[in-house]
Amino acid sequence: MAFVPTKETYSGKVYSVTVGAGPKALTFGGENILPFHTFEGTSLNKPVIAYEIQDISPDDWPEVVRKPYKDVSNNPVSWAKFCQDTLKARAIALRLMGTHPDRENRSAGDASNIVREVLSAIEIPLIILGSNNAEKDATVLIAAAEAAKDRNCIIGKAQEANYKTIAAAAMANNHKLIAMSELDINLSKQLNILITQMGFDKERIITDPMCSALGYGLEYTYSVMERIRLAALTQNDVTMQQPMLGDVGIFVWKVKETQASETDVPQWGSLEERAVAWEAVTAMALLIAGAELLIMRHPKAIEAVEKVIEELI
Amino acid sequence: MALTGVEIFKLLPKTNCKKCGFPTCLAFAMKLAQRQASLDACPDVSEEAKQKLEVASAPPVRPITFGVGDKAVKMGEETVLFRHDKRFVNPCAFAIEIKDTFSEADINSKVEDVLDSEIDRVGQKLRIDAIALINDSNDISRFEVAAKIIATKAPGIPVIICTANPQAAEAAVKLFADKKPIIYGADSENLEAMANIAKTYKATIGVIASSAFGGSGGGLDEVSNLTEKVRALGIEDIVIDSGARKAKEILEHNTLIRRAAIKKNFKLLGYPIITFTQREDSLIEALIAVIGVAKYSSIIVLSSIAKWKNLVFFTLRQNIYTDPQVPMQVEQKIYKIGEPTPDSPLCITTNFSLTYFIVSGEIENSKVPSYLAVMDSEGLSVLTAWAAGKFTASKIAQFIKESGVENNIKHRELIIPGYVAILSGAIEDKLEGWKVTVGPREANGLPAFLKSRAS
Repeated sequence: MAFVPTKETYSGKVYSVTVGAGPKALTFGGENILPFHTFEGTSLNKPVIAYEIQDISPDDWPEVVRKPYKDVSNNPVSWAKFCQDTLKARAIALRLMGTHPDRENRSAGDASNIVREVLSAIEIPLIILGSNNAEKDATVLIAAAEAAKDRNCIIGKAQEANYKTIAAAAMANNHKLIAMSELDINLSKQLNILITQMGFDKERIITDPMCSALGYGLEYTYSVMERIRLAALTQNDVTMQQPMLGDVGIFVWKVKETQASETDVPQWGSLEERAVAWEAVTAMALLIAGAELLIMRHPKAIEAVEKVIEELI
Repeated sequence: MALTGVEIFKLLPKTNCKKCGFPTCLAFAMKLAQRQASLDACPDVSEEAKQKLEVASAPPVRPITFGVGDKAVKMGEETVLFRHDKRFVNPCAFAIEIKDTFSEADINSKVEDVLDSEIDRVGQKLRIDAIALINDSNDISRFEVAAKIIATKAPGIPVIICTANPQAAEAAVKLFADKKPIIYGADSENLEAMANIAKTYKATIGVIASSAFGGSGGGLDEVSNLTEKVRALGIEDIVIDSGARKAKEILEHNTLIRRAAIKKNFKLLGYPIITFTQREDSLIEALIAVIGVAKYSSIIVLSSIAKWKNLVFFTLRQNIYTDPQVPMQVEQKIYKIGEPTPDSPLCITTNFSLTYFIVSGEIENSKVPSYLAVMDSEGLSVLTAWAAGKFTASKIAQFIKESGVENNIKHRELIIPGYVAILSGAIEDKLEGWKVTVGPREANGLPAFLKSRAS
C-alpha cells in the first residue's frame, strides 16, 4: 500500500506585519500554514525574537539573567546598543517598568524621554511596553507613542481596561499595537473586534493571548495559541489572523526554577543551565504553537532558539 | 477512521434479542461506537462482521507496552492531532543512549543517572524511562557485554536494542527475554532476520527508513513498506522511525504520520514514533526534543541527561499531556514560601494549579516569607469555587483548623483573596479567635500588599 501524504490547504492566512523603518525593518507573519508546516504552503518570514530591556536597572531580574547585562544595564541606551551591536539583536523590547506606581513611579514625560534616547541610539525595530498597570500605561504609552512618532514601533499592551487610549495613540502616531487578553480565545477575539471598531486597521494588531512559563500554565497559552491559529487558517476568521506574541522573558524569569540555587534544590541540577533552558524551552513550545514574535531575556536562550528556527524553516 | 453507530448497526444481527444487555441492536451499536461496550457481549454476531468491526474499532495508533512491571511504558492509543481536541493519551518516553563503545565505568555511571533520575513534580513521580543501547562498535561481543551490564544493574528499566546486525540483536535480546524490549534497526536489508528475532523473544520491533537519511520525503513511503512486511510476518508491535533527524524533518514526518493514522486510518503508519534528537549541544538537543514532545513522538532518545535537563523535559511533557478537560490540581496543604517564621503572614487560596502557581509566584516576588494555605476546591479557581460552594466560610474554617497551621504560627490572622471579601465575617464567626484580612483581588497585587504590611 503506497503512502500518500495528507496535505492540508488552508483558506485563511496570517497578516504580515512590518516593524521599524529603513534597512533594519522586519516583517513577520504572512504564512498560510500551521507553524513551520512548509511542506504544504509558504512561510515567507521567520519568527522574530526581541531582546527585552527596561528603563530602570534590572534589580528585579534574577542573577543568571542580570549577569550578561551587568556592564550596560544601568542605562537603557547603553543596554539597547549592547543588544544591537554586540548581541546582534534583530529587535528590542523596551519595558517601561520604572513607570509603575509601585516602582519608581516615573512620569509619562520621563518615559518618553527615554524612548526618544533609545530610538536615537538604535536602527533596529523597537517594541515599547508599559509596566502592566492598566491606568498608568494609558498615560505613559500615549506619551511614548508620540515620542516615537513615525518610527513604526509596536506599542503595548492594550487591554480591555485601557485599549481605547492606547489604540488611539498608536493610530495617531503610525505604530503597531499589541492587544492582550487573559488566556481565553473568545476574549482575544473580542478585544480585536473592539479595537478595529475604533477604526484601527486589523492588520496592524499583534495578538498577545498572555504568556505563561513552562510548568506554570504553559499548556494554556500553548492551546489558546493553537486554537487561534487554527481559527485563522481553517475557518478564515479575519478577526483572529493577527500574528501572535509570546512575552516569554517576564513570565519565565519570575518562577522558582530560574532562581533556586543547586544548593537549595539539589535534585534540580545546575541553576544557570536550568534557567536558560527554562526560557528557551518555553519559547520553543510557543513557536510550535504559533507565536511569530517573542520577547526574551537571556542571550544564550535566544541564540539557541534562533538556531533551531533556522533548522525548522 | 472509527465507524459510526449506524455503520456498526448494519453489521449486527438486527434481532434486538437483548442478550447484550441493551434494548436494541441500534442502542448497542451506539455504545460500541462510543467504546462503552464490547462486541463480545453479542453472541450472534457473524465472524465476518466481527473481523470488520475489530479492524475498524482498533485505535488509530496501536497501543504498545514497552517493558514490564512498574516501570513499563504505555505508548500509542492517540486519537487526536491537537491536545485541545480531547487530550494526548500516553506521555512520550525519554530514553538515554548508551553506546557499547563507552567504557564500563561510563556505562555504569549512565545507568546510575537513569536510576537516580526520579523527580516529584506536582504530585507525579517522573523519571528517565528507558535506555537505548547502541551497537556503535559494530562488534557483537562488545554489544553483549554492554547489554549485560545494563541487564544486571538496571533490570527493571525498559531497553531499546539498537543495531542493524541481527546477530548482535539476538545476543543482546537474550538478556532481556520476557521484558518486552524493543529491537530497533530493522530496515529493507535485514528485515526478515530481525523480525524473526523479535518474534522469538516477544520483542517490539523498530523499523527505520534508510532512504530518509540526508534528505526527506521518501522516508514515509519506505516506513509503510517496512511495516507492511513486518505485519505480513505476523508481528504487530512496531515502533517507527522515518529517519528524520533535522528539526524540520521531525516536525514534517511526525505530522504526516500522525495525520495519516488519525484522519485516514492508514494502519501502516498507525504506530508509535521513535525520535532521535542527539546533539553535541545539550540545549539545542533539548529544543529539538521540544518538537518531539509537542508533535507526536512516543519515544525520544537523548545523548545526555542531567538533572536540569530532566526537570525541563518532565515539566514540558506534563504540560503537553495534561488533560485539558480536567483542571490540574495541587495537593491541599499549607505551603511554605521562602522561610516563614511563626510571625509570617498566612494567605489562603484554592487548589487549581494555575491559581496556585500565580499566587505562590507573586508571594515569592514579594520576598516576604509567608505561609500559603491551598484548599482543595476540586481544581476550581477562587471565584468559581466560591460560586460552586467549594470555597465557603465553613469549609475554610474546617480546613484551617485541621491543617495544624495553628502550631506553626503565633498570630491568628488569615488573608483571603479580595474576590471573596464577602466571606470575611462568616469565617471569623466560625474560626474562633481569628482575624480575617481581605487581601488584593488579583494575585499581582500581592507583592505590594505583603511588602506594605511587612514594613
